[in-house]
Amino acid sequence: MQLQRKDILGLQDMTPEEIGLILETAKSSKDILARPVKKVPILRGKSVCTLFYENSTRTRTSFELAAKIMSADTTSISVAGSSINKGESYKDTLLTLEAMGVDLFVIRHGAGGAAHFAANTVKSHVINAGDGMHEHPTQGLLDMLTILENKGGFDGLKVLLVGDIMHSRVARSNLWGLSKMGAEVRFCGPSTLLPSEIDKLSVKVYTDIDEAIDGVDVVNVLRIQLERMNKGFFPSVSEYANLFGINKNRLRGAKSDVLVMHPGPMNRGIEITPDVADGEFAVITDQVTNGVAVRMALLYLLLGGGGNVAAA
Amino acid sequence: MWLLLKNGRIIDPSQGMDTAADLLIEDGLISKIGSIDASTLNSSDGVAYDISGLVVTPGLIDVHVHLREPGFEYKETIETGALAAAAGGFTTILGMPNTKPVIDNRAVVEYVMNQGRNSAVNVLTSGAATKDNEGKEMAEIGEMVKAGAVAISDDAFPVQSADLMRRVMEYAKMFDVPVVTHCEDKSMTEGASMNEGLTCTMLGLRPWPRQAEEIMIWRNILLAELSGCRLHIQHVTTAGGVEAIRWGKSRGIKLTAETCPHYFSLTDQALTNYDQNAKVNPPLRTQADVDAIKAALADGTIDIIATDHAPHALQEKEVEFQNAAFGMVGLETALPLVITNLVKTGVLPLVDVIAKLTAAPAQLLGIKAGTLSEGAPADVTIIDIDAKITVRSAEFKSKGRNTPLEGTELTGKAVATIVGGKVVHGADMLR
Amino acid sequence: MTSVTRVMDENEIRRALTRIAHEIIERNKGAENLVIIGVQSRGVPMAQRLAALISTIEGVEVPVGSLNVAMYRDDYATRPARTVSASQIPFDVTAKAVVLVDEVLFTGRTTRAALDAIMDLGRPAVIQLAVLIDRGHKELPIRADYVGKNLPTALKEKVDVHWTETKGEDAVMIAK
Repeated sequence: MQLQRKDILGLQDMTPEEIGLILETAKSSKDILARPVKKVPILRGKSVCTLFYENSTRTRTSFELAAKIMSADTTSISVAGSSINKGESYKDTLLTLEAMGVDLFVIRHGAGGAAHFAANTVKSHVINAGDGMHEHPTQGLLDMLTILENKGGFDGLKVLLVGDIMHSRVARSNLWGLSKMGAEVRFCGPSTLLPSEIDKLSVKVYTDIDEAIDGVDVVNVLRIQLERMNKGFFPSVSEYANLFGINKNRLRGAKSDVLVMHPGPMNRGIEITPDVADGEFAVITDQVTNGVAVRMALLYLLLGGGGNVAAA
Repeated sequence: MWLLLKNGRIIDPSQGMDTAADLLIEDGLISKIGSIDASTLNSSDGVAYDISGLVVTPGLIDVHVHLREPGFEYKETIETGALAAAAGGFTTILGMPNTKPVIDNRAVVEYVMNQGRNSAVNVLTSGAATKDNEGKEMAEIGEMVKAGAVAISDDAFPVQSADLMRRVMEYAKMFDVPVVTHCEDKSMTEGASMNEGLTCTMLGLRPWPRQAEEIMIWRNILLAELSGCRLHIQHVTTAGGVEAIRWGKSRGIKLTAETCPHYFSLTDQALTNYDQNAKVNPPLRTQADVDAIKAALADGTIDIIATDHAPHALQEKEVEFQNAAFGMVGLETALPLVITNLVKTGVLPLVDVIAKLTAAPAQLLGIKAGTLSEGAPADVTIIDIDAKITVRSAEFKSKGRNTPLEGTELTGKAVATIVGGKVVHGADMLR
Repeated sequence: MTSVTRVMDENEIRRALTRIAHEIIERNKGAENLVIIGVQSRGVPMAQRLAALISTIEGVEVPVGSLNVAMYRDDYATRPARTVSASQIPFDVTAKAVVLVDEVLFTGRTTRAALDAIMDLGRPAVIQLAVLIDRGHKELPIRADYVGKNLPTALKEKVDVHWTETKGEDAVMIAK
């Protein structure tokens, strides 16, 4: 099977077969990460550009390492402040970089749909590294790879994402990906941070964490953005930690072999207590490793195959 | 000089008329409706057209148009906006005051009216409710009305202070001009770009709750009751907004309301591919709202159909969705959308639809237009209600190409537009 | 219309593998320092067969692994990216005599990729190549150390090796 697409914009429109292919390819890519010589020549001569309109050391580094391990050349561009009327337009930035020979763009942008815009603007490949509150497909896939490695499959698994669901592209990508693969997805967060009509999707929605965590196989803890407090979404950090923070005691409600995940960076002591973050159930550093593997797999599947949909 | 339209179906809601007859225009005025033989006309200085199968109506009136001049001539000028209006069958258009400078004083009103005099259609202007559209101090409403402004509006810059809006209404009432309001509680729409709901949640965009519109509709209705001012609610989009207007009208408050063709033709589903051209303020809503808007048009709760024609340059739309300008062009697609989605689907009889595009807006603005009565200015639209058209923005007379309907097939079009007895659109088609 | 000819049967394959096993032992003076690596996916059954034969003959366990070369190919621009399964090499190749196993030697490009892949895993003392069929048309200066059968072919012909493990029988077919 091949990946018949030019771009990776989200998990919403992906088939279970495609997700399965990516995860399988990621597993074998991980093999390379464990070797003394972390370099394969497959993408020699390919040019990958990470174009980031939002800061993210973690995601950017992960993509760059993945590209470099596969011998692609990488260029990073950070656009500080994505405001309009300043500097070059997004469209012109994309067209200029494409004209310089970029084969694949990795794009992080604060605006939902920015990756779609890029995919429609350039003929090069585009991987969405997070667009606004919309999707973060590579985070979704690395979370899924981590679950797959630990649980062997997805069917019937109960996966809880807890925190600021409304503003979370990670929650959305996890929901699409996991529900397609047969897992039961639960969302839990303050009612002010649950997006409108989310309950119409295939997800169980909770505002009581102890109810939500009952019997789950995976708890994926989302980062709470402290600036949300100033916008009136929740009253205080301590109240949030009390009502929604994941601590050892709370974790007892989950299955005895529960996995604890976090997309990072963590606010230790707020959404997750340090003993849980560093505890026996946490697979947070595995997620980071799997992030590189998933990104290698996507680069390979998009750039490494003449039979794939070519960047025309 | 005369112009005779033979064998048309003449619809004039101002006279309750829907009849097969001939229409004679003489010296720029409506002269006679009936059975007229060209050979009996004493002067040879005229021309007769056989328009069998076509509908003749009073010239259409659009009370909600952004002409962009002065200040944003790269988006549209009064000249191109008027040409677009003519092409769409409109003979009178009301410009909104959110120009640069803002139309908030006598000088700018006079400038716009001067520019309008040389254009293809009758160009009217509204004046801003507050100075520089800042929502802080009342603009010189009296001076503007004396200079010719026919409405006072806060379009695009909704006045947030209830107290200031109360004063604007009370003051405007002195001059018997309607206050035409854009209803939006800005505290609920910061950074928002589409209707709040499932589609928005799935697209990960900032949500624009319907309540942001409805709260302000309710507020303005209550202030209209308090002030006794004539209130006109612009671009109603929600079922709840319709309910508020129904309530206000039942109280006897002097209240009219408009909706736009896109609000009964499209839903927020039009945004699923992040189509910037479907980004509009207020945002496209849901099917339930579309149904409620249609019902409100049918039962008369919504009096007027206006376009909110909002041309933008390509570079203002070809950007990230959240940074794209709000608005779509409407003058050249309004009539086809009305015929396709209201008339052909049986939501409203043609005569009622024409009323919402002629007599009702004329009454709102207190102008002598929207009628084919004898002696009225000969503003006439000739419509083919069965013509099949495909929307091609490249063919628009407007400078704006920002339509989400590119390539859409619709039914109905303005075959010809006559302003003051002069054919301003479709002269070649009439031959 | 393609015509299929059987060019090796079960017995011929068994004899060829047995001969190659002996040749490997002879060339390497025993099996103590030997590791066998099959090129994924088609070289893997043959690698396992050879390892088993050598173990039986010499009475020592010969480590066997499988190597994925997808990330080392030079023809990715013209061939589809395929699902890759991870290499399984549960031993260190450094200072070992590595016998690289593939079923058919054709252009030599897969072997080139495999050599690079092995070099990235460590520094073997020697790498030797064993193939069941050498069909000619090499595009690189690569030759096999152990060959089951030299089979002159036309470029358009297709050589297909069946293994009991995967296709229920041992046979080599050629399709024109």
